[in-house]
Amino acid sequence: MISVHLILFLAFGAVAVAGAVNLLAQTHPINSALSLIAVMAALAGEYLLLGAEFVAAVQVIVYAGAIMVLFVFVIMLLNAGQEERTKGSRVAVLFGIPGMLLGSLLVAWIVLRYSGTEPVPAGALPGAPKVIGPLLFHEFLLPFEITSILILIAIMGAVVLASKPPSAPVPPRSLD
Amino acid sequence: MVPLSYYLVLSGILFACGVTGFLIKRNIITIFMSIELMLNGVNLSFVAFAAHWHALAGQIFVFFVMVVAAAEAAVGLAIIIAVYRTRETLNVDQVNLLKL
Repeated sequence: MISVHLILFLAFGAVAVAGAVNLLAQTHPINSALSLIAVMAALAGEYLLLGAEFVAAVQVIVYAGAIMVLFVFVIMLLNAGQEERTKGSRVAVLFGIPGMLLGSLLVAWIVLRYSGTEPVPAGALPGAPKVIGPLLFHEFLLPFEITSILILIAIMGAVVLASKPPSAPVPPRSLD
Repeated sequence: MVPLSYYLVLSGILFACGVTGFLIKRNIITIFMSIELMLNGVNLSFVAFAAHWHALAGQIFVFFVMVVAAAEAAVGLAIIIAVYRTRETLNVDQVNLLKL
């Protein structure tokens, strides 16, 4: 029996996979960035199907919003154009693609065969902010604080790395 | 009712697309986007397992992965700007100073 849940899962999954393949197929980075946004929006839908409301909202706001705006901003700042395709090695094409296909088929067969015993109902584990909050600020307080330090370091690193070097280089001092 | 394995297979497909993009793409910004795609694939399996085992910690981990991805994107894009400033190119084939 095909339920609405399965139909929605397949629809969002199809959008996500199509976006991921389009990311690989496009040669201009801005097209890749837009298809990545489609993947992230579709994944937010999958999270909602699983009941993770908070994660879905954060996915849209932080990932599809903030991070991708940063990407698009850098693409425009650097005026990135079409990428030049270079030829890969023959060995990689000859053995890599069949090997990858074989490996992924094996993994998919194992996953489908042995882990799909219990279906996950729609909204199986409601992750509303009301239940996420206490968990985040009690049990996971230390990692939460450490990530704030990480963010601070990342801000400083980004500012230091992206700031312009001094236009007139300081002349080297003599050794004596 | 969707079996857990469907979610895992979808997550695996997204991760494989990310790995492929990382390997075949030559633009450094697109390579960076492929890394984000891999992180998204992993996040999906985190949420699916959280629903399957009734462990809310899985969703917290997704939150932390997003925070680390944001920090990584900020620093990585700053590095890309610095590389572009010195090498005048975004093609990774031409950024080969460390190559023998």
